[in-house]
Amino acid sequence: MTGRPLSRLSRFNVASLALGLAFLYLPIVILVIYSFNASRLVTVWGGWSLRWYSEFFNDRAMLDAAWMSLRVAAVSATLATGLGTLAAVALSRGERFKGRTLFSGMLYAPLVMPEVITGLSLLLLFVALNAERGFWTVTIAHTTLTMCFVTVVVQSRLGKLDRSLEEAAMDLGCDPLRAFVSVTLPLILPSIVAGWMLAFTLSLDDVVIASFTTGPGSATLPIRIYSEVRLGVKPQINAICTLVLALIAVVIVAASLATKLTSTRGESAAPL
Amino acid sequence: MAEELATSEPPSEPLAAPARPAPVADDIPLLRIDAVVKQFGGFRAVDRLSLDIGAGEFFALLGPSGCGKTTLLRMLAGFETPDEGQILLDGWDIGKLLPHERPVNMMFQNYALFPHLSVRDNIAFGLKRAGMAASDIVARVAEMVALVKLDGLEKRKPDQLSGGQKQRVALARALARRPRILLLDEPLAALDKKLRESTQAELMALQRRLGTTFIVVTHDQDEAMTMADRIGVMDKGRLEQVATPRQLYEAPASRWVAEFVGDINLFEGQIEPRDSRLAMAPRLTVTTRDAGTVYVAEPRQPVTRTSVCVAIRPEKVKLSRYGPAPNTDNAQAINRLEGVVTDVSYLGGTTTYRVKLDSGAVLRSSMANTARIDIDAYSPTHRVVAWFTPDDCLVLEQ
Amino acid sequence: MSARRIFAGPVRLAAIAPYLWMALFFLVPFGFVLKISLSQTAVAQPPYLPVFDLTEGLAAIKAAFAAFSLDNYRLLVSDNLYVLSYLRSFVVAAVSTSILLLIGYPVAYAMARLPQRWQGIAMMLVIVPFWTSFLIRIYAWINILQHDGLLNQILLALHIVPAPVVWLSTDTAMYIGIVYSYLPFMILPLYATLAKMDPALPEAASDLGASPQATFWLVTFPLSLPGVGAGCLLCFIPILGEFVIPDLLAGSDSMMIGQTLWLEFFTNKDWPVASAVAVVLLVLLVAPLALYDRLQRRQLEAAR
Repeated sequence: MTGRPLSRLSRFNVASLALGLAFLYLPIVILVIYSFNASRLVTVWGGWSLRWYSEFFNDRAMLDAAWMSLRVAAVSATLATGLGTLAAVALSRGERFKGRTLFSGMLYAPLVMPEVITGLSLLLLFVALNAERGFWTVTIAHTTLTMCFVTVVVQSRLGKLDRSLEEAAMDLGCDPLRAFVSVTLPLILPSIVAGWMLAFTLSLDDVVIASFTTGPGSATLPIRIYSEVRLGVKPQINAICTLVLALIAVVIVAASLATKLTSTRGESAAPL
Repeated sequence: MAEELATSEPPSEPLAAPARPAPVADDIPLLRIDAVVKQFGGFRAVDRLSLDIGAGEFFALLGPSGCGKTTLLRMLAGFETPDEGQILLDGWDIGKLLPHERPVNMMFQNYALFPHLSVRDNIAFGLKRAGMAASDIVARVAEMVALVKLDGLEKRKPDQLSGGQKQRVALARALARRPRILLLDEPLAALDKKLRESTQAELMALQRRLGTTFIVVTHDQDEAMTMADRIGVMDKGRLEQVATPRQLYEAPASRWVAEFVGDINLFEGQIEPRDSRLAMAPRLTVTTRDAGTVYVAEPRQPVTRTSVCVAIRPEKVKLSRYGPAPNTDNAQAINRLEGVVTDVSYLGGTTTYRVKLDSGAVLRSSMANTARIDIDAYSPTHRVVAWFTPDDCLVLEQ
Repeated sequence: MSARRIFAGPVRLAAIAPYLWMALFFLVPFGFVLKISLSQTAVAQPPYLPVFDLTEGLAAIKAAFAAFSLDNYRLLVSDNLYVLSYLRSFVVAAVSTSILLLIGYPVAYAMARLPQRWQGIAMMLVIVPFWTSFLIRIYAWINILQHDGLLNQILLALHIVPAPVVWLSTDTAMYIGIVYSYLPFMILPLYATLAKMDPALPEAASDLGASPQATFWLVTFPLSLPGVGAGCLLCFIPILGEFVIPDLLAGSDSMMIGQTLWLEFFTNKDWPVASAVAVVLLVLLVAPLALYDRLQRRQLEAAR
């Protein structure tokens, strides 16, 4: 690695980097600190306390919503990872097949499509199909959105993979499917894991699409947080948010450890 | 062990791909490429190319980049399929088979070692696919590791190996299945010069020991000349010439081959009608614009055109201040050209001179530095006589 | 037949499941949006007319087609509310994207100049907030920006302002929220192009006598334009349809189009108008989406 010397960074560079990162992290740090505030008034410091956490664990409705969100996130992330990986393989290894342009268009568009449109269109579909709205409709909606992210993550890894590795496997007696399973799959596994993580956190985060596609009595955690937040800041929400952040942190750490174990030395385990 | 390998039978049963018919006759070459065409879009990468390669041969495909040599190699491996023509292995058409169905293995240019597998697992990869028994695999891997001298590195991952070691693993992996033909795509391109030379010698020794047919693709003519029994020179999807290294250098089939392989002086001219006074000597008289009259030994094949090109390798051109001494056996060195030395390049083993002839054309001469102190060295502005025998030059028609 | 063709069979099989999924859950729903945007509002369940009833045969479907109308679209053009919403969305998206570029570029530039070892860490630091919940990060800002929040406390303590400033429910708060949420989307594509750039190019420029400023504007910046384009589109398009941030942080006097759609759908229960709003937004997005798709494809092709 030929890093350029640090001295080439100007003061302006250092300042912009520091300010940029502070801007990204300070609000989150403040939120976490305030979640341990004993005072009911959110802005007055009343000493350290776990009061708001215990309140959350006694709030039946919030706990139900959290459980619902976790199930939706786990199931949709798993579905999305399977479908997204298949799509990435089709896009990066397929020659032109019929409707390839439409296929890639359908996979890239949801990445930037306003969520209100995606949510509305899926709801109208579910209504037309007369599907009962709840766990499965939200899960399907989240799978649709997140599999596109998985596709992009896995496809970029596949694109960087040396094609001659697959050729070597076939040269040594693998049929194309076997070559994929024994050589390609182990090498793209880190990106598949990263794709799952991304899908999981995106699902855990979504308010808009879930609001459209869920039914009465099956609100997800973000929907509940959102409706509470609209009414103003509550210390309990700080605690819930901190717990969600902790969960996401655990997922990221676990997945990057798994990535490190499965990837070969020297390969970066960056999740995107 | 070497003998064992050399005498070992062709691939044992599990390794042999689908049943193939027995050779029909003895005169069928191991590999016959018959009028093969490969197009990419409108571009003909390989253009009606035919070639026979015999069992146990070390064959090199040489050519500039984009000449189609790699495409040809990939068609032999099965990564590309010919649009037209046949590829026959022992008389059996393998042109449409998938790579894993062919008893042919390839050593990739960048080695393509599986980064997630150890050296041992890389070498065993093809054996496992062939359904070999576990104990046989262990034995074969050990044999291969010893063959390419990788002992002690079996457990390493590819990124813990040096460039030379990676090259050996790639070689062992490709040879482990005992292929009928080993294809090598620029096998030494990633190695530095010193390592390349020793590896060339090792590859040759290995090939001789195993008796496996090697087909190597390279753009490096020294490499091809050093290693190969025969060389096929390719340009624009066609074979320009297939010959031994010596033939290729001393008797190039065309002007293109003569210029591509090594260095050469070329003079265009017209063949004169036979002169009765010289009727005894089997030679042609060519009148060139730049080098005057040049006498050339009569080629074996009769020349059909009168407009030709006279070619002389620089090391065949001798320089002296006064021309060849009349009392030496150079008496027949009747080609004499006069000029002025313009450039001298000292290259260690040889020195090359550029001589500006009186006609204005430039002639290159290369002379071996056989003595440490050369009293005969020429410097720019020296007037010299350049001379060469009719046997040292040839006429090229194209 | 070429090397790729070897994979063609298995690849076609791999494409089937995701293809069908996206066709059913992404493409077909747009058909429903289009259809319902042509329907009439009704006090019913579902709240629109006509409803296809296949049991009543062809005649019913014909009747349904006859009942389609462009009334909802006429409403969008005639009522100022919608036109202003679209306009405001474009202005907010354009202003936010400009601010994002101004903040994101220096950060990405500094990242690309870090020693290699640090670049990976810096990239992780930029990506991690993208993984943490978007809603939570907006909520964190409400904490800071509220009347007696941290920002006002600091400003008061430093005697910069005499009395608490109203931050929440203002455009300022909304812009802070948008910039905060979308910053990683701007930084990452910029960083990717800047880091890929051959360091010899700016070096050659300064060797040829260009000052650091001239080097930046004549060499570095023009070469980073693909990243600038990707970053801007990656931010501009989703901001255009943003709902949560303006809803939580901006005032209620003017709405972005996402809010209007939400309002029509959830509060007014006017599904046909909401659908028409979505169709028009989609049409407006076609050009930037196509541009984004081209950039995306070129990048993936280059990565190949």
